[in-house]
Amino acid sequence: MSKLWRASPLTYGALIAAGVLSIFPIYWMFVVASRSSDAMGQLPPPVTPGDNLGANIARLFGNTDAYFLAGLINSAIVAITVTVSVVLFSSLAGFAFAKLRFRGSNALLMVIIATMMVPTQLGVIPLYMLMTKFNLNDRLPAVILPALVTGFGVFMMRQYAGQAVSTELIEAARVDGCGTARIYWNVVVPALRPAAAVLGLLTFMTTWNDFLWPYAVLNDPENPTVQLSLRALSDGYYQDMSQVFTGTAIATLPLLLVFVLFGRQIIGGIMEGAVKA
Amino acid sequence: MALQLDARPPATPASGRSRPARTGRLSRIDAKYSPYLYIAPFFVVFAIFGAWPLAYTFWVSLHDWDLLGSNPTFIGTDNYTRLLADGDFWHSVVNTLGIFVISTAPQLLLALWLANLLNRQLRFRTGWRMTVLIPNVTSTAAVAIVFGVLFGREFGMVNWLLDLIGLDGIEWKSDRFASWVAISAMVDWRWTGYNALIFLAAMQAIPRDMYEAAAIDGANRARQFWSVTVPLLKPTIIFCVIISTIGGLQLFTEPRLFHSGTNAIRGGPLRESQTLTMYMFENAFAPYYNFGYGSAVAWLLFALIAIVAAINVLIIRRLGAGARPRVGQRKGAAR
Repeated sequence: MSKLWRASPLTYGALIAAGVLSIFPIYWMFVVASRSSDAMGQLPPPVTPGDNLGANIARLFGNTDAYFLAGLINSAIVAITVTVSVVLFSSLAGFAFAKLRFRGSNALLMVIIATMMVPTQLGVIPLYMLMTKFNLNDRLPAVILPALVTGFGVFMMRQYAGQAVSTELIEAARVDGCGTARIYWNVVVPALRPAAAVLGLLTFMTTWNDFLWPYAVLNDPENPTVQLSLRALSDGYYQDMSQVFTGTAIATLPLLLVFVLFGRQIIGGIMEGAVKA
Repeated sequence: MALQLDARPPATPASGRSRPARTGRLSRIDAKYSPYLYIAPFFVVFAIFGAWPLAYTFWVSLHDWDLLGSNPTFIGTDNYTRLLADGDFWHSVVNTLGIFVISTAPQLLLALWLANLLNRQLRFRTGWRMTVLIPNVTSTAAVAIVFGVLFGREFGMVNWLLDLIGLDGIEWKSDRFASWVAISAMVDWRWTGYNALIFLAAMQAIPRDMYEAAAIDGANRARQFWSVTVPLLKPTIIFCVIISTIGGLQLFTEPRLFHSGTNAIRGGPLRESQTLTMYMFENAFAPYYNFGYGSAVAWLLFALIAIVAAINVLIIRRLGAGARPRVGQRKGAAR
């Protein structure tokens, strides 16, 4: 590995340019969020933070069109529920595919990989009809239920379990009379923990971000996810941009927080998945 | 499938006869059937909320089916016939393909270049990787709103910068092609760094001695990049192209929130940047709730995704169909 090409000043220059482009829109979002509403009409556009953030936050949470607090709470409920479920079911299925022998396992795994390629977003119309039938429209279960499992999660856990879970340990546990359920809990879960964390983070971020399906099925303005609150703010008749940007900044904050704390693991997960997929 | 569990029940060890035969039978049943229990949640949930809706979309598309759905009438392929004669539909097809082309090609090239930069001896390695990935972890809706302002006509920063260097401002929202460019910029901003990391991972799997051999043969760095790196990356590039195709042709959140107000679902007053998914949404949900027509749009979009993905793969297979040693090795690793 020591034979990597040396980085020239030009390399750093290009990387700095890429970095500025990457960060600037996010930075500027916080700048506008901290200014008064006339910041939008100024040329040159302001690029340094102001001192109006507190007032903007107060107006945002007091906005009677956006239901921003409800949106935040709903998004937290949805994202956390989905994350727990995806990690649990993916680790169970990944363990079964990697370490247990059963009839049809190869074919079933192929089905799971194929589901990753299917644009399921195109099924929203029958999904909407289904939710109407079960009277779940405008309610959070309509958003949660379809997201409870992902083919990506199962595949990722299966890849990781194949190398991280010791077959000898499983066999030893069997000899000691452990059933598969106890093996899962006592042997597999501890070994899968790092991959489960990455899967959890990725799932949380995807779910927090989800827009199309919640937009279709949650039509009650008083019961939005945070992304729908943003839509309501952005589509409002009067456009108070510093308030809208305060909303976008707050909606982005949990994601940035997760990234700052666990960025290294997330990058590792993306890059490992790339080599294996 | 390397090591496998022995499915036989464990040979009862020293405990002798103290354990009744029932336990043995139970553990045999456990070993044989419990795997199905563990994979069942995925298949049950996917069948109900993933596979069935997609298939049923086709059935709905053959009907005149409205919100109440009390009495859907079977009308055969009428929805499709109408759709093929629908100017707004074709308009959105062109928009979707246009945005897809002008976003994907630069995005993958930039990602390759960025990965090549990151694949060097760098200070703050993790820091650079995190920096290029940040756009990918932001809220799509939030970013779409921010870009909508950056590309504003009067006070947008992009037009201000254009003005600084002496160019005329551009009508980013009401000019069709300009709106494609703005939306593509948004998509690329989000995905270039992500794809760069995937390419970087694949680059790191290329053995160093291949570059040494190329250098001995007199290939300079640029030549090494195009003759060694890119051909060896081909499986990864195909993977990224397929993923970008599936995602790019279903583009919705970015163009929807780039615009605001009552015309937003149309992508502007004259449908300047309405994508196919937006057109499906406009027909299928509030206020029209024309499920049958919307479903027909969904199926044609599905067909379009399949066709474009196939064309892309063919093109990339063609490009530099020559040297590609060791590709099989990486594929083999995925089993």
